[in-house]
Amino acid sequence: MGKFFAVVLVIIALVSAYPIVTHKYAPPVDISTHGHAIDEQLADTMAEAGLAFLGAQLLLAFFIWKFSGRKEGEKVSAIPSGAKIMVAAAFIFVGTEVLALGVFGQKAWASVYFTAPAADALQVQAQAGQFAFYFRYPGPDGKFGPLHPDKIDEGNANFFGLDPANDVESRDDVVAAEMAIPVNKEIHMLMHAKDVGHSFFIRELRIQQDFVPGLDLSLHFTATKIGKYEIVCTQLCGLGHYNMKAYLNVLSQEDFDKWMKEKIAEQ
Amino acid sequence: MEETSVQPTHVHAPPQGFLWKHVFSLDHKVIGKQYYALALVAVFTGMFLSWLMRFHLVWPNTPIPGLQFLSKVGAPGGLITPEYYLSLLTMHGTLMVFFVLTNAPFAAFGNYFLPIQIGAEDMAFPRFNMMSFWTTFLAFLVLMLAFFIPDGPPISGWTAYAPLSAVGGDAGPGLAWGQNLWAISIAIFCAGSLLGALNFIATTIDLRAKGMTFMRMPICTWAWFITSCIALLAFAVLLPACILLILDRTAGTSFFIPSGLVVSDHLQPHSGGSPLLWQHLFWFFGHPEVYIAILPAAGIVSHILINSMRKPLLSAKVIIYSMMSIGFLSYMVWGHHMFLSGMNPASGLAFSFPTLTITIPATIITLIWIGSLYGANLRMDSASLFALGFISMFVTGGVSGFFLAQPSLDIYLHGTYFVVGHFHMVMGVAALFGVFAATYFWFGKMTGHMMNETLGKVHFWLTFIGTYCIFMPFHYLGLVGNIRRYSSFVNDFMGPLMPLHKFITIAALCTGAAQFIFLFNLVYSRFKGPKAPDNPWQGTTLEWTVPSPPPWNNFGDTHPIVYHDPYQYGVKGSKGDFIMQDSPEQATGGVAG
Amino acid sequence: MSTTHPSVVGEPPALISTPVAALARANARASSAAEASHSGVWVAIFAITMSFVAFTSALFVREGASGDWTHLTLPTILYWNTLTLFAASATFELSRHAIFVGREFRSASARSGSGWLLLTLALGLLFVAGQFAAWRQLSSQGLYLATSPNSSFFYVLTVAHALHVLGGMLALGWLVRQRLGGQPLRRRSFESTSIYWHFMAVLWLYLLIVLRTKL
Repeated sequence: MGKFFAVVLVIIALVSAYPIVTHKYAPPVDISTHGHAIDEQLADTMAEAGLAFLGAQLLLAFFIWKFSGRKEGEKVSAIPSGAKIMVAAAFIFVGTEVLALGVFGQKAWASVYFTAPAADALQVQAQAGQFAFYFRYPGPDGKFGPLHPDKIDEGNANFFGLDPANDVESRDDVVAAEMAIPVNKEIHMLMHAKDVGHSFFIRELRIQQDFVPGLDLSLHFTATKIGKYEIVCTQLCGLGHYNMKAYLNVLSQEDFDKWMKEKIAEQ
Repeated sequence: MEETSVQPTHVHAPPQGFLWKHVFSLDHKVIGKQYYALALVAVFTGMFLSWLMRFHLVWPNTPIPGLQFLSKVGAPGGLITPEYYLSLLTMHGTLMVFFVLTNAPFAAFGNYFLPIQIGAEDMAFPRFNMMSFWTTFLAFLVLMLAFFIPDGPPISGWTAYAPLSAVGGDAGPGLAWGQNLWAISIAIFCAGSLLGALNFIATTIDLRAKGMTFMRMPICTWAWFITSCIALLAFAVLLPACILLILDRTAGTSFFIPSGLVVSDHLQPHSGGSPLLWQHLFWFFGHPEVYIAILPAAGIVSHILINSMRKPLLSAKVIIYSMMSIGFLSYMVWGHHMFLSGMNPASGLAFSFPTLTITIPATIITLIWIGSLYGANLRMDSASLFALGFISMFVTGGVSGFFLAQPSLDIYLHGTYFVVGHFHMVMGVAALFGVFAATYFWFGKMTGHMMNETLGKVHFWLTFIGTYCIFMPFHYLGLVGNIRRYSSFVNDFMGPLMPLHKFITIAALCTGAAQFIFLFNLVYSRFKGPKAPDNPWQGTTLEWTVPSPPPWNNFGDTHPIVYHDPYQYGVKGSKGDFIMQDSPEQATGGVAG
Repeated sequence: MSTTHPSVVGEPPALISTPVAALARANARASSAAEASHSGVWVAIFAITMSFVAFTSALFVREGASGDWTHLTLPTILYWNTLTLFAASATFELSRHAIFVGREFRSASARSGSGWLLLTLALGLLFVAGQFAAWRQLSSQGLYLATSPNSSFFYVLTVAHALHVLGGMLALGWLVRQRLGGQPLRRRSFESTSIYWHFMAVLWLYLLIVLRTKL
């Protein structure tokens, strides 16, 4: 039984590692300026965790193979080094690993959260509500009009609760159901939740951030590749959660200007 | 002696009549079994819900016959609606985390064996003990009631994030009365668990038999003791959180609901609350809860492994100290569930380090288990198989923690199946392996009948391979970015993952079916199993000194006196390779610990 | 050696006690069970403290979360209530003195001290009634549970505390019943109740300071 256990365990360990080693299931190609740091960190962690996983499982299998199925009453012995070596190993290997991951991993985090957006970054406001994202651009005046929750009227496409009659800044605000942005231009995204908690996740952009009701957060990023990417909600928000999505449309600067012009004309 | 009472009294009198013997019993052993039975009902219900979810994910258009009778609105014609999927998900998580993973390894086995292992006649407060079970049972009934109200169970997940969980019926089905029942149920559950934890702690401190010093307690007793300290803190925080949630929902307060929310076109009459407050309070409970599930299992596994190896662990003390440091650290890491929640990014870093640090004591424990196997004379019975399987699962679930402890990787992995795979492995499957191991190990003691070993082994192999087949692929899905808590995968990038989802579903159906072998074994062995000897596994600790099953007062009229550390294996004793804790004979030529 | 092993000597599961063994056993058990009530009450205090720490940290977080934090003037009766609760602590100590100090402990089965215990109980009741008066006063000013975050926290904290005081009064009532019935009183049970009772006063003082400075 012990030998069988060992064999099964080795097979499980190797089969589990196979799709990882062959990159059968992997994140899509990164299209952001900060994402490479996350990807490197992921690769490093995967290597270290993978070694720990294989090492522990194979050692477990080996010991079970070797020390099971002996005769009842057979003399037992202990590993000569005792517990100290285990404690030391845990501290040295895992401790340094943890420290390394902890310290180097902060770079990627810091590049997202500890830097200020550039002064000329394009401001976009993203609003999450059950079960759609809407995006607002400040328009030619460069200013967002204030939000009035009581003015929200989905029937009349007033998703944000704007009051153009009274607020001058609101009159030229551009509202869209997709997030169009120019390539290689920093975006400063302001996040607003209309009803409950949501989250903003674009796999290719290596960006994920919760929308917190009552707490307007902001995030900045730069997309480096033209294309359409899915924005999905990753915070359980109700029955339509699975279907809450929008597209990030990364355009060349000219295409973006054209898109913006059309949108302004529509308003 | 200060006492004035000299009547020959027991902690409580021997029970008379069916009702007092089996229902409202004060006997910790009966209460332990009641907890086990409750966990068993909950785990099969929870598993059934997961079947429905897995089935719906891959065959959304195939009706499940009969399901329309469970919920006419949620599953018209046997087809699960998106909202009913979320109801199932919420109930699955709540049942499993609270009523299975807290009840089975901790409350059930802890109740049964902690007093016996320390040589006590019963818990310190038998009446509280009975109350704590019946409170928990009431919590279970209140929760299950949600299935039978028109609104259906809540859809906000077991984490019940505010404001989705707080604003009421506007936010979706199940969020009116369903969510109320959920919050009330959890509040009641907290009260029951607090009573239980208090009892465990007082019992361990005060009712140890003569000679049973703290360091002579078996490792699982230590694990239950440490766990009860964790539980005391954790549930003492969740209870106020639930009270505040109930007030927000029913009394119009604004603890968690901010101003200006427009839900279903209704401007909510609340102002100024903080959704993050709920998350902080919830995860302050929620992370330690993981250790409430896993530490008892780790203790049980150590206890069983030593018996199967016929030698002590390299160092029981180091394991105990590691468990303590895990318990201590568990209170400094709750924020790693909230890296992306909008709290200060600097606190993300502050929470990341203690989280990564927990790896160290966890690795020490694992290395001591594996290192102790060296030179063992390992038995491979069902209990032992599950104990070894536990180590494998603990490692697998543990290493994925490396990823999620880092805020930078959480940016990608948060909210994906990677997280689901991680916590199911380490908290769910590993803890359940501990419960299975404990069941095969102690069933004879608890019922007087041995379980069937062949069925046990079949159950182990199907479960061991099956759970890997289910939960390893979850990690792969997460790496691709498959989002959790989706009732169907309408996104472009999730379509190609469907074959893997189908594989998982088939594995889940098979592995779930294999659990009926266990259920059959339980019921069959209870009545038809061979009679259990007092000490079937040649164990050393006090539970093996009493008859199987033990009398109502455990040790009859004798007082156990403890002479040894708990694990005198690999020595020359008068009965074999072991010396029992209550035997005064001295070990010669033991294994260096 | 084998006599410590019930299964070896084949002892029947049902209990047949010899008087001597039973007496020794009763002593040992009564002692440990009473000691458990002692550590039990400390554990309970720890848990209750944790709950109130959770409540009050919620208060601090909620205060910082938004601008709707207002000012709430505490009803003056709260200060009288504080005095009442501390007086109840003092009378409890006086009952201890009457029961345990300066006499042979054997005489503890007499009814001495039950007057002080009754007074403690009455003061406890007066405290809860005073809290009730404070709630009435606030609601007559139009300050209900959901009126403002300040009033919410006021009601939540004071009601939660009052419920715990009522719990202490149950234990106290049990002591009074024992006393009046002339039944033997275990020192440890008395001590446990007194620890809990004094803790209620200390907890109230903490809450009063938080309410006074934060609301």
